[in-house]
Amino acid sequence: MKGLLRNFKQYPSAIIGSILVLILVGIAIYTVIAIPYDEAIDQWRGGEDVRGAVPKTARPIYVNWFTSKKLPSTMVLDTTDPVEGVEKSEQDLGKGLRDINIVFRFDFNADDFPQELQVVMTSKFEDKNPFATLTWIKPDGTEIDLGDIGIKHSEIYRFQDSNLVEELQGVAPHIALFAVPESDPPEPMKGTYELHVDAIVFEEEADADAKFISFGQVHGIAGTDTRRRELSLALLWGTPIALSFGLLAAVGTSFTTMFIAATGVWFGGVVDESIQRVTEINMMLPFLPFLIMVGTFYSRSIWTMLAVVILLSIFGGSIKTYRAIFLQVKESQYIEAARSYGAGNWRIITRYLVPRIIPVLIPGLVSAIPSYVFLEASLAILGLGDPILPTWGKVINDARMSGALYNENYYWILQPAVLLMITGLGFALIGFALDRIFNPKLREV
Amino acid sequence: MAADKVLNVKDLKLFFRTTKGVVRAVDGVDFTLERNRAVVIVGESGCGKTSLAKAILRLLPKNVDTYSGKVFLNDQETMKYTDEEYRTKVRWVKMSMVPQAAMNSLNPVLKVGDQVAEPAIIHNDMSKEVALQQAKKMFQQVGVPDDFINRYAFELSGGMRQRVTIAMSLMSLPELVILDEPTSALDVLTQANIFNVLKRIKKELGVSFILITHDIATSSELADDVAVMYAGQIVETGDASRFFDCPLHPYAIKLMDSVPRLRAKQEPDFITGKPPSLLNPPTGCRFKDRCPSRFERCDEEPPTYNIEGRTVKCWLYAKEGTNHND
Amino acid sequence: MTDTTQEKSQTIMTHDDDLKKRRENSLLSVQNLKVWFELRRLGFGTTGYVHAVDGVNFDLDYRETIAIVGESGCGKTTLMKSILALYQPTEGEIYFEGNPLSELKGYQMRQYRSEIGYVQQDPYGALAPFMNIRRILEEPMIINGINSKQERKDRIFNALEEVKLTPPGDFLEKFPHMLSGGQQQRVVLARAMLLEPKMIVADEPVSMLDASVRVEILRLMESLQERHDLAVIYITHDLSTVRYFSERVFVMYAGQLIEKTLIEDVVHDPKHPYTKALMEATSDPDANNALHYRDVPPGEPPSLVNPPKGCRFHPRCPYKIEGLCEVEVPPYFKTKPDQYVACWLYKDA
Repeated sequence: MKGLLRNFKQYPSAIIGSILVLILVGIAIYTVIAIPYDEAIDQWRGGEDVRGAVPKTARPIYVNWFTSKKLPSTMVLDTTDPVEGVEKSEQDLGKGLRDINIVFRFDFNADDFPQELQVVMTSKFEDKNPFATLTWIKPDGTEIDLGDIGIKHSEIYRFQDSNLVEELQGVAPHIALFAVPESDPPEPMKGTYELHVDAIVFEEEADADAKFISFGQVHGIAGTDTRRRELSLALLWGTPIALSFGLLAAVGTSFTTMFIAATGVWFGGVVDESIQRVTEINMMLPFLPFLIMVGTFYSRSIWTMLAVVILLSIFGGSIKTYRAIFLQVKESQYIEAARSYGAGNWRIITRYLVPRIIPVLIPGLVSAIPSYVFLEASLAILGLGDPILPTWGKVINDARMSGALYNENYYWILQPAVLLMITGLGFALIGFALDRIFNPKLREV
Repeated sequence: MAADKVLNVKDLKLFFRTTKGVVRAVDGVDFTLERNRAVVIVGESGCGKTSLAKAILRLLPKNVDTYSGKVFLNDQETMKYTDEEYRTKVRWVKMSMVPQAAMNSLNPVLKVGDQVAEPAIIHNDMSKEVALQQAKKMFQQVGVPDDFINRYAFELSGGMRQRVTIAMSLMSLPELVILDEPTSALDVLTQANIFNVLKRIKKELGVSFILITHDIATSSELADDVAVMYAGQIVETGDASRFFDCPLHPYAIKLMDSVPRLRAKQEPDFITGKPPSLLNPPTGCRFKDRCPSRFERCDEEPPTYNIEGRTVKCWLYAKEGTNHND
Repeated sequence: MTDTTQEKSQTIMTHDDDLKKRRENSLLSVQNLKVWFELRRLGFGTTGYVHAVDGVNFDLDYRETIAIVGESGCGKTTLMKSILALYQPTEGEIYFEGNPLSELKGYQMRQYRSEIGYVQQDPYGALAPFMNIRRILEEPMIINGINSKQERKDRIFNALEEVKLTPPGDFLEKFPHMLSGGQQQRVVLARAMLLEPKMIVADEPVSMLDASVRVEILRLMESLQERHDLAVIYITHDLSTVRYFSERVFVMYAGQLIEKTLIEDVVHDPKHPYTKALMEATSDPDANNALHYRDVPPGEPPSLVNPPKGCRFHPRCPYKIEGLCEVEVPPYFKTKPDQYVACWLYKDA
């Protein structure tokens, strides 16, 4: 083993590959611990309300590093989570009325407008619900009356009051409330903004809270999709899924194939012949259409797919390769010696034949992992992915179906694609280096 | 009376570069071969004898580190030739070789006649018909029936294939043929037959031979002179009759002692230890760690001494012999 | 060694002797053994047989050493592998301590295998390259049910000391490619000895080793044989090594044993023309050899698919008797108390 590591370090490609794979593995481990499976599934499947303050199709935050025009990110100011910029005070108006005055103060310095604005108001009351008035104050002092609304337990104000619309002269609120007047095309005014929510409560115990959400054009480390889901969830969780699928498929297939080949070669005769015939027939079966059929008519669960993939692959072309090697090894003197001191068939197969194939098996296995990862992704892109799990292929499929490229939401497709490529590259580099280590004849002199 | 030297090798060196370091396969070899005589280079595996053959014929691999010395063929210094000159003037024209396991290297898809004719077509500019005629003549010389010209290699037995490769080496009527382990894969009877063939060729065609082998007993069938190689160096040379009777170098003595004899009563001996690696040969005499006669001077590399026409590279003969290099 | 030779002369029997008596009195009795291999042509019936072993009879006694000499293709390897039960006889039978090999099953067959040590020609090939010496030596013992780790360890240490690979601790963790040819062969010998066999079968054990090492290994085998009272079958094509190791020599040609004799007689009084040719072709290092041609018969050993009729050597034999040798197979003629020759030249013996 030590020798192996030493040899391995000699190849720069191997080191790069290992780093890539280790990063992926690290992501996978972190994800599984930090975001437990059930929670992740809930988040991925749940409706819009589960997610809260997430914009639709927002670009990833890092986009701002590369553009001169800074896009605004999502901002949430919540009275139940007091931070700087959130003020809540009370004023007694007499006669049992109180004015709960909520002021949201924030700086806006982006070069573009938010996607959407919302104020979520909640209240506590017995009979009479509080009544709120909302006012918007721009940095230059302009005050805009946003309208009045009654707060029944939970109310979402979406800045669509008819008066407001008229006042803004038909310009969409999320633009008009930020625009520099007379700018064409509209430019946002930078400076400190204020949003006042004055809620009049009529009861002693009544209370009101508000949450102001400015949905940014960038959100999260990976952006979001049309269903307000943070893509980082799918990309993170896609990592352990992809790696496990690839690894299980590759390992399951390689070792099973190897054993089948060894058994055939050792026992020869009818056993060998039948294995060869089964292999030949299997090689003629169309792989992907078969999977599509299984997925369409039976089940799209990832475990089913994994099982079918393995079943179809174990009698694959590598049987012929392994068989060729085993046929040669079978004639070795030390195997003859083993027979002469009484080794039984299974012992010879497992302890004398199989170890000779490991140098060929391991690099092949490692290099095969990415193809299984791509296979799973391909199935998802074809619409046959596991319906529950968030995988990279799923993300690409969603993107495709929502016309991501057409809508210039490149990040939606590029991010999972890059992850797939890194996976492929990492394992391929390691696989090639292993190949050169295990098979010295492939090395340069 | 100056004997006619067909080959004179002086201080020949051939080192290879490997991942583990530099292998000093041929480390300063001197020897001469007179016309129409056969010299046998004996040594154990790994002593560099095949590399010596390649060095003489300039069949060098890509990882050569050093290739130096002088090789005189008929008093012509061939080291100075360019590779192209060497190829057209020397290799397979004046000197040819039957490499180890040559009989297994015959092209299975060509008829043997065509293969044997090939060197003549390439090197001697013969037309195909003339070359095939020559091939038939060579077949006769080595005892292969004429009609075998049209056979394929797999149709021939091991002995026949070896005869065919010997015929191939004779096509240009060279002056010197190097044979590397020509019979090690063959049976005793076939071996004897092949040596009969070689003896006849030597007599009838006047060819000189360098025979490389580890099998001392069989080598005596052809040897006029013997050169013993150890760890990349020649440690003894001499004519066969004096050598087989009474070798000089301690290694040669032990080597002769270790040959099991069919007819004599003696119990054979063996040599303990193993030959040094050619990667880092020891300083001084390379045999010193296994030599029963070792003494203090052996830590210094001995020169080669001349004793009545024989040479020995050993301090034990300092007084008797004259220094070879003087 | 000469004392036991005298004793042994009673055990060499001719064909006519009772087969039962033969197998009851010897360690190994090979009786009328034929091992033929079928030549199949794409599964459509048989085109013929390779008559690798074609009627071999001999007995091996406890503690006896014999050599089987022959050129490649004569069938000696097949004969040896049949003795090792790696091939099944087509006809005839091999008896070990009175029991026929063909009737041994499962456990009994393993038992038999533990009584024979096998030393192969290629020392490197005989050792699994991915196992270290310790594992290589443990394998036969594990398979044959020696379960105590301590006992295995003890046996390994003893075996390595006996083959002079000392100190044993140095070698246990090494892999075969780290050892020299001679050392590898010693490991093979050690492995053969581990199960305390009664018989060793050695197939050209030294032909792939350097000249200076050969004798060392042969001497080692000799001392092992003496110390452990082993019977040895030594198979080779090199007559010159046979002297140091065997009492009796069997010369094999084209699947049959054509001469059975004592070692001294092979050297000084060979009878069969083939044996004589072998002697003539085996050289001792002598400068005079270069001065004359060797008188050896031309041609090659015959194909075993269609061997010649009658005496198989007749196409090459300089002493062929017209009308007899190419027609009838010669039986054994006893030319001396311990010498049997299958050749018509001696029909009056």
